Amino acid sequence: MNARDEILSRVRRALDGVEPGYAVPPAPRIAPLADVVGHFAERVADYKAIVERCPADELAARVAAALPEGARVVVPAGLSVDLPGADEDGAGGRVFDAYELDAYDAVVTEARVGIAETGTIVLDHGPGQGRRAISLVPDLHVCIVRADQVVPDVPDAMPLLDPARPHTWISGPSATSDIELDRVEGVHGPRTLHVLLVDP
Amino acid sequence: MTGTFVGMPAFPKAAHEALGNAQLRHNLAHATGTIRAKRQRLVDEVNENSDWEELRLAGAGVKEAALRDLGTQLELLESTLTANGATVHWARDAAEANAIVASIAKGHGVDEVVKVKSMVTQEIGLNEALEAEGIAAWETDLAELIVQLGHDLPSHILVPAIHRNRSEIREIFLTEMGAVGRPAPDDLTDEPAVLAAAARAHLREKFLRAKVGVSGANFAVADTGTLVVVESEGNGRMCLTLPEVLISVVGIEKVVPTWDGLDPLLRLLPRSSTGERMNPYTSTWSGVTPGDGPQEVHVVLLDNGRTNALADEVGRQALRCIRCSACLNVCPVYERTGGHAYGSVYPGPIGAILNPLLKGPGSDEQVDSLPYASSLCGACFEVCPVLIDIPSVLVDLRAQVVDAHRGGVPKVEALAFKGAAVALSDSRKLAFGERFTKIGLRLARRVGASKWTSARDLPPAPRESFRTWWKRTDGGRR
Repeated sequence: MNARDEILSRVRRALDGVEPGYAVPPAPRIAPLADVVGHFAERVADYKAIVERCPADELAARVAAALPEGARVVVPAGLSVDLPGADEDGAGGRVFDAYELDAYDAVVTEARVGIAETGTIVLDHGPGQGRRAISLVPDLHVCIVRADQVVPDVPDAMPLLDPARPHTWISGPSATSDIELDRVEGVHGPRTLHVLLVDP
Repeated sequence: MTGTFVGMPAFPKAAHEALGNAQLRHNLAHATGTIRAKRQRLVDEVNENSDWEELRLAGAGVKEAALRDLGTQLELLESTLTANGATVHWARDAAEANAIVASIAKGHGVDEVVKVKSMVTQEIGLNEALEAEGIAAWETDLAELIVQLGHDLPSHILVPAIHRNRSEIREIFLTEMGAVGRPAPDDLTDEPAVLAAAARAHLREKFLRAKVGVSGANFAVADTGTLVVVESEGNGRMCLTLPEVLISVVGIEKVVPTWDGLDPLLRLLPRSSTGERMNPYTSTWSGVTPGDGPQEVHVVLLDNGRTNALADEVGRQALRCIRCSACLNVCPVYERTGGHAYGSVYPGPIGAILNPLLKGPGSDEQVDSLPYASSLCGACFEVCPVLIDIPSVLVDLRAQVVDAHRGGVPKVEALAFKGAAVALSDSRKLAFGERFTKIGLRLARRVGASKWTSARDLPPAPRESFRTWWKRTDGGRR
């Protein structure tokens, strides 16, 4: 018998007499939040990310201000903000390899969903967000989240996400607690996460 | 390269040695105390606007539903993964899984792979197997890097280098990094931030040039063919995104039936594990995404004893484990002995049941000693996010260990209980026996129960038996 069939037959033997169809109790929801967007901003900031709320008409200026002077910036196709001087990944059919991305100081992307209770930003790597690699290799990630994208908690986010797409859930900058459980922000992922929360 | 747990002594001997290490006990007490407090704060926070117990019930339910229907769920997972462009392999045991990974890596002509922290690849000894084939497996999680560079063994599920303090880590980085890549800077201090920066610089070149990545998975969603990896540092994202080829080794118990089923688990895991509302990074991918990430994706579905555990009616629930390590941090035994004493990549209370369940009680002395590495205080059950009743499984496994050793020379304990059964079965026999309590205890101290009394005191014998006292005082009236 091949490995597949043998494992499956062992599984069926092990479960002989066990009824499938176990009724899963529903997961509880959190009590309604008075200010979902404000809660999100607080919780993201708790992870030592930089969080700025800004009106829509100031977004371009605020993004530019979030980028250090002279920084090399990569952006995905479909970004709603025009950033003069930034290089677009995939423009003219040219995608950057890992070494080329490593030469960039910063990346600017949008997001798919914000989760208030956990302070989480979810990217589904669609237009305006780009391939997974571009929001990973540069050391500064400037992330634009629109207020109407923020939902209260994880169960509110799940139905908005298409599992066929790859997802990156981001809760603050890269971090580790591996040395004496002392939290250090910034290991391999972007060491700085700068969130621009856009009010309509 | 990392050592192995093969040939470890049984728990009492290994624990005895660990208890003599004052540095280890200090590191452990600090670390487990810190993480316990962080977790508790978050559980209390959940209870302010929701219900932690209901969340645990939901999380346990999702895993239980998957396990009770595992055959169907695995076939579904195979078909969705395949439809998403992944290649699915099946491995009965460690050797088969290692051979599959090695052959894929060799097929691409590489002499190195980058690895996401993964319990299952440690369980099967993948690094050693790849090394034997001339392929270096670079651990990229900071703690795993510390363990690998230190030629050491992991001692905790979540923070495998918990037994090392900052000055030891600095020493390891200074002496070992240069031999396998970019050396640590000469002015390296023992500040955690400085040490983390050294690891970033050391590993960056390995991430950028890697052709093959190896990972495990925290969850595998059957109805969508999605794998999920939960991490903190971004090393996981690097390994899952930059290489051309990705190989994920996934235990068959990692199945979650539906995408929505991830919800309670993603809320439970980080809070129970690192004591955070959410871990910094969670990656999900469904096979191959054209133009984004690895374009060749393999998934190795591994048994390696899991079907043994599944066949155990009481122990089956251990397969719900999501490897959060909350049970380690609250365990009074783990806090004092540390992880190495358990002789496995799965230490602590969960290891004390998982190892015998995977390998089978009676398989060897080391495994058989594990169900006894507990005071049955129940703290592990109280914190488990998926409600694994570890104490009940421990007690059941103790019975199985005893059963596995029936026949042959009976143990002192067995003789003592046989004697007790005779004495307690009849009041006259008991009355007769009680006259000899003093002599019996004196004898027990000398010979029979020396294993018991080497670590505990036997109670002093009362001056007279209860019956004698009753007769003499007319039940306390005289």
